[in-house]
Amino acid sequence: MTMLFGVPLAVLYGQLLLGLINGAFYALLSLGLAVIFGLLKIINFAHGALYMLGALCAVVLLNTLGVNYWVALILSPVLVGIFGIFLERFLLRRIAHEDHIYSLLLTFGIALVIQGVFTNIYGVSGMRYPIPEALRGGVNLGFMFLPYYRAWVIVAALVVCFGTWFMIEKTKLGSYLRAGTENAKLMQAFGINVPLLVTLTYGFGVMLAAFAGVLAAPIYSVSPVMGANLLIVVFAVVVIGGMGSIIGAVLTGLGMGIIEGLTKVFYPEASSTVIFLVMVVVLLLRPAGLFGKEA
Amino acid sequence: MTNAVKPDYEQLRISDLHAFYGESHILHGIDLTVRRGELVTLLGRNGAGRSTTLKSIMNMVGRRTGSIMINGNETIQTAPHHIAQLGVGYCPEERGIFASLDVEENLLLPPKVRSDGMSLDEIYDMFPNLYERRRSQGTRLSGGEQQMLAMARILRTGANMLLLDEITEGLAPVIVQKLAEVLMRLKAKGLTIVLVEQNFRFAAPLADRHYLMEHGQIVHEIGANELESKKDLLNTYLGV
Repeated sequence: MTMLFGVPLAVLYGQLLLGLINGAFYALLSLGLAVIFGLLKIINFAHGALYMLGALCAVVLLNTLGVNYWVALILSPVLVGIFGIFLERFLLRRIAHEDHIYSLLLTFGIALVIQGVFTNIYGVSGMRYPIPEALRGGVNLGFMFLPYYRAWVIVAALVVCFGTWFMIEKTKLGSYLRAGTENAKLMQAFGINVPLLVTLTYGFGVMLAAFAGVLAAPIYSVSPVMGANLLIVVFAVVVIGGMGSIIGAVLTGLGMGIIEGLTKVFYPEASSTVIFLVMVVVLLLRPAGLFGKEA
Repeated sequence: MTNAVKPDYEQLRISDLHAFYGESHILHGIDLTVRRGELVTLLGRNGAGRSTTLKSIMNMVGRRTGSIMINGNETIQTAPHHIAQLGVGYCPEERGIFASLDVEENLLLPPKVRSDGMSLDEIYDMFPNLYERRRSQGTRLSGGEQQMLAMARILRTGANMLLLDEITEGLAPVIVQKLAEVLMRLKAKGLTIVLVEQNFRFAAPLADRHYLMEHGQIVHEIGANELESKKDLLNTYLGV
């Protein structure tokens, strides 16, 4: 068997793939956080719970109505997105003019309530969501075995991330979003309905989280606490990438997934802490984050 | 549209306007009128309330009471994003050029509020520098170019009343001269302009009337033909 630094290559590739998968989820989630933070200046602690809702919604849709994976991939983010719009419209907006610490506390509270309610209903043991028929099995690439579903996750996440980047950086709507991020008051004075833009942006960020949740359902076990575990890492990713940049959130997410995967191969003991170590180093050398703009 | 042809049609009428930022009471009962096609300045020292008057018209202050009629519509209860649609274009003192947008994106950003705005070609014709730098990041422009961009941006929307806050501040004389020419052209096109200005020499030959402000109130109104006779008054309030 071919070896690299005393590690079988097959193991290395396997962990790289796993890292890339995790990275895809980090990217989708930190992208949503970055979009929301940009316009609303809200650190959305409910993001993990909304990701969980996306996955759970897919499970419930399948078990009660028999809705298949592909429909759930659209329907679940839409439903959770509508829920997010209600959150923004009736809770977050009321404290929008207060210090950011209030919205942080509020979204943290929302996360706890959502998690509590669903833990009460479903318990904390994981539920299974079957891999859709069309994506079962895999292909032997010669140097490693690639399950189709995992390849699909990476492709889908990259397409959605690129689509979001394109929409924000290259379209008229995106220019409203970028300008609103810089100076919302002046945008109002130009006649743009900024409150509506804010609501839609939050809804969109929430949809990204729920989309990630549905993608995750067939690989990770679906449980009411699945988001809480992930969110801490995602926040570290956001800190490393810097809050300023969309592309930064995506690249950092993927990069951190890969670094985590590699650490699992070479020094497994550190694999769950390596992202936080990177965060410490980045904060020491570049406090605004790798892609953030210096204040 | 009988109103449009009446020469003394009131484009803007402000009565007993009070404005507040939090606990601070900034404007203390402003009354002013601007007729269609007029160019009117708000003169006064820093902190007299001139910029706040413009911001109040745009509903960008904390709280306001009184009456602001724009083109015959009462707007004291109007949401900020509905005011531009009455044909108002606002150019803030800090210019408000967006760093994350290039020059052309900045130019195309504000939605059209009336149908007869200037086309992109006309704008590039009036401001050739902007054409040359249309792909540059908005805030990479020189101060003068940024000011041209901030003006051009609201001309494209078709706004027929412009609120311009300190557009000559910190600019070289040659740019100030260019701005004066632009204002003359806009005035000739029949636009209504409210100009907040520190530079009295820039404003004097352009304006039809001047309002002198102090401590959040209007203390004097001076017609263009009275400037000579009221020189002492201007000296007292402006220190020119």
